[in-house]
Amino acid sequence: MSPWLLLLIPLFGAVAIFLTKAALSKWISLGVSLFVFVISILMAVQFEQWGSIGTGLRSETSWINSMGLTLDLGADSVSMMLVLLTTLLVPLCVWGSFSAITSRRKEYYAWLLILETAMLGVFLAQDLILFYVSFELTLVPMFFLIAIYGGKNRAHASVKFFIYTFTGSLFTLAGFVYVAWQHSQTGAGGWSFAIHDLTIFASTQLSSTEQGWILLALLAGFAVKIPVFPVHTWLPLAHTEAPTAGSVILAGVLLKLGTFGVYRFVLPMVPEAVVAWAPLIAILGIIGILYAALICWVQDDVKKLIAYSSVSHLGFCVLGLVALNPIGLEGAVLYMINHGLSTGALFFLIGMMYERYHTRDMNMVGGLAKSMPVWSCFMVFFVLASVGLPGLNGFVSEFMCLLGTFVSTADAGQWPGVLGPKYAAVAALGMVLAAMYLLIMVGKIVFGSLKEPDTTDRGSLPVDLSIREIGILAPLAALCIWIGVQPTILTDAMRGSVEKVLSPYPELVEKYRPENTTPIPVITPDSPTPDKEDQHG
Amino acid sequence: MADRLWFLIPEFILLAGAMVCALGGITKFAAVRRRIGFIASVFLVIACIAVPIVYGQQDRTHEETMLPELGYYVKIMVTFVGLLLVATAGGLIDRGYERAIGAGKDRFDALRASSGEFHALLLLSLTGVMLICEARDLIWLFLALELVSLPTYVMVAISRWSRTAQEAAMKYFFLGALSAALMLYGFALLYASTGTLVLQEITAAFTEQQENGGLVVLAQVGMLLAIFGLLYKIAAAPMHLYAPDVYQGAASAVTAFLAFVPKTAGMIAIIILLSTIGWEDGLPPAIEMALWVVAVLTMILGNIGALLQRSAKRMLGYSSIAHSGYMLIGVIAGPELGLQAVFVYLFIYGITNTAAFATLASLSRNGKRVDSLEDLAGLYRASPLAAASMAVSCGSLLGIPPLFGFWGKLLLFAAGIAAGQISLIIVAAVSSAISAWYYLRLIGLALLSSPQNHGEATKVTLRWPLAVAVVGACIAIAGPMVLESMMTDAKEAITVPETELVMPSLSLEVDGETT
Repeated sequence: MSPWLLLLIPLFGAVAIFLTKAALSKWISLGVSLFVFVISILMAVQFEQWGSIGTGLRSETSWINSMGLTLDLGADSVSMMLVLLTTLLVPLCVWGSFSAITSRRKEYYAWLLILETAMLGVFLAQDLILFYVSFELTLVPMFFLIAIYGGKNRAHASVKFFIYTFTGSLFTLAGFVYVAWQHSQTGAGGWSFAIHDLTIFASTQLSSTEQGWILLALLAGFAVKIPVFPVHTWLPLAHTEAPTAGSVILAGVLLKLGTFGVYRFVLPMVPEAVVAWAPLIAILGIIGILYAALICWVQDDVKKLIAYSSVSHLGFCVLGLVALNPIGLEGAVLYMINHGLSTGALFFLIGMMYERYHTRDMNMVGGLAKSMPVWSCFMVFFVLASVGLPGLNGFVSEFMCLLGTFVSTADAGQWPGVLGPKYAAVAALGMVLAAMYLLIMVGKIVFGSLKEPDTTDRGSLPVDLSIREIGILAPLAALCIWIGVQPTILTDAMRGSVEKVLSPYPELVEKYRPENTTPIPVITPDSPTPDKEDQHG
Repeated sequence: MADRLWFLIPEFILLAGAMVCALGGITKFAAVRRRIGFIASVFLVIACIAVPIVYGQQDRTHEETMLPELGYYVKIMVTFVGLLLVATAGGLIDRGYERAIGAGKDRFDALRASSGEFHALLLLSLTGVMLICEARDLIWLFLALELVSLPTYVMVAISRWSRTAQEAAMKYFFLGALSAALMLYGFALLYASTGTLVLQEITAAFTEQQENGGLVVLAQVGMLLAIFGLLYKIAAAPMHLYAPDVYQGAASAVTAFLAFVPKTAGMIAIIILLSTIGWEDGLPPAIEMALWVVAVLTMILGNIGALLQRSAKRMLGYSSIAHSGYMLIGVIAGPELGLQAVFVYLFIYGITNTAAFATLASLSRNGKRVDSLEDLAGLYRASPLAAASMAVSCGSLLGIPPLFGFWGKLLLFAAGIAAGQISLIIVAAVSSAISAWYYLRLIGLALLSSPQNHGEATKVTLRWPLAVAVVGACIAIAGPMVLESMMTDAKEAITVPETELVMPSLSLEVDGETT
């Protein structure tokens, strides 16, 4: 099956929504997004590259030959997993918006479908510019979703979201074009933006200084999206103001675009620079983990708390990415999926609460276990998944990221790294803090005596969750358990891709091993370094 | 000479169109007078169709212009965008006067009607841009540039019967005269340093000078002065100060014209002048430095200026200043990628910027044309079509992929990086990010805000500009499909044939024999 189906069906769905009556729009978008989900499942079943390093689902379309621009699509195992995550979350978001969205419905569902196209385009693109176009295109629907359907402060939140990400990614574009230009200079037949060619070219031909600048340019875009401290400030605002579905997609998929970008471009393209900068990136990740966790601790707004917890959680993902060993990197990829499931579900839960009580203030609402037992069950479940209870998904990925960081030392055998136990120890504090703030939150809103605010107005909704709402949460919960019990299915499936990304690293880490941390001198008389020769001469 | 005339056929068509419009505007027949815009469009369409026919007939490699193939692309671009500009002005000029005559309240007086002149001048100005491409010497270049400018001064004045329009016209005229003087002074110095006015011969003289250790100072000063004069036409800093006032004072349709036609003319003239030096060995440091500073200042001042505006027209005016800055990156980068990017960008910018101004031109509130940002609030309720066009054209100007504007910016970025101008690209990226603020504000006001409580709601009163806005928005969305062929055409436009340069002494002999 052509991967174009995944991109074009939602787009045609969006057009269909504009052409039909507003009352039909939610059903069209649900049907279309479910159809896309089914197609993606079929593709996943037929996908032959699980566990291997290859790229499947290929489709090649040339476009602008003089600039080497193509519309090539394809997916390796990691992209395929993220595609599945996206196609799963979008129908759930559509279904979850049935009761919340009452005005300007056509636009809302059309934007959701356009957003799906853009997100899938990011994961499927095999051309740098196509990737960038999709990456930027995600901003537009999200901007409108926040700006039209968001909370009180929506105008400010949407503009801040747009400007932060737009600014960062302009530098990413410049970095991409720089690589492509250098590549075109080598006489390989003019311009090309093919990700595969440029990755090999950049990682082998560019000097470490150039790689350093490219790393900075690429990270300017991706770090904002992840978000890494100190460019995370757009996220709490955008999350808090966005409508439920917007928050779910933002946490579930859009943040992953940043980590996916690091995985797909930063790590393979500029390995030398990554080795040099990994400690700094890890430190920023750790600051993010701890700082955001402390902020979570003092939040009264539940949604803001979960938003900040995303910053904290993604910090672990960043650590896993720069651990430079398979455990860490597999943990990071798994974290992308797990965070999408559990945090997405938490945003759904908060949305369901908000639709009934019209407040998210923990001091106003409390003891909901008495009035909403089913809701409370799910709440506790997903909080535990998010905190990292062994047996659920969060634990596996968080543990892998930390373990990867811990063993990422210079003399770690097959996969030496540049981090180590120090980094892991400090980051592990974040797990403790996460348990504290999330459990405090659960304690306040789920347990204790029932406290319902004056603003309670359930409309047509039942007191506890409706069948529709349970139907949204149940698949997510099932997946959380499945991944928690059987993570090896996913980690085995992604192994080929992960090892391909990591292949240049052991050698480079050896090469750049700083002398002060190495017990054994690296420079031996048998292998004189260029510096030494210079000294003799 | 006959060969040269052949390639001027599109210009003659527009010239004839200008005559017909001028005469048609003062006829007694109201039916003719009201259709002047239509007549002008017909001539533009004929000219546009004539271009490929004319250029397909003969080989131009022996021509003496600097960039012999330039005319094809530019003439198509100018006639196409010109068509949009005429439609943007549709129904604007003499609207009240004709209505009064129709109702029998007033009698027709040829001295008071201005629709004919307006369209005639518009066509003449477009003819000027076309003629620039055919320039073989500095005199021709100067005359063509003045043919572009002089009509615009009058167009600003007659576009609206208001004091602001008169003030804008005066400002525009006086500063325009100053810039023309600067440019002429520069031309004079170029003549002094090379001894010739013919562009090809100037090129030869420059090549000789460069072989003997670089351009003489006189030539460099002359080139700088000429370029500074032309910066006025493209509204680049530091010659941009007139732009916001004039753009606000003129009617939106004329503003759209000012933001495209003189800018195109100036950009082409700068490229022609610089191509006499050539980019192969790098521009002389003084000129490159000056252009670098101008580009940086233009991008930053344009975007920050736009950020501070409360009038939508001024905001778009400042934004068009910033776009000149982006295009200068391509000019500095030079052939082939840089110039190709400039021409592709000019076309895209011309269409989308016209669409944005056309949206403004179509709207009115409380019986006045819209100007302030508040007037746009809640536009989607009054006219979803106008609001969507505004949003799409602003998105394209901002460069949101996959809209057309993004590809233009991508080409400029690529050209800048390929020319090693990383610092310029960083400035461009930062200032593009600044521009996101105000473009989002325009988009947000049109699509998201609720209308102002006080006063009448904004409504669409002119249909033709709205049609232009919708067409422009559609092109902004579907345009990337024709990007490839556009890039090919732009590339052909800047190719220089591989012919021997005619040395000055040789050509003098030939002249001597023939005369």
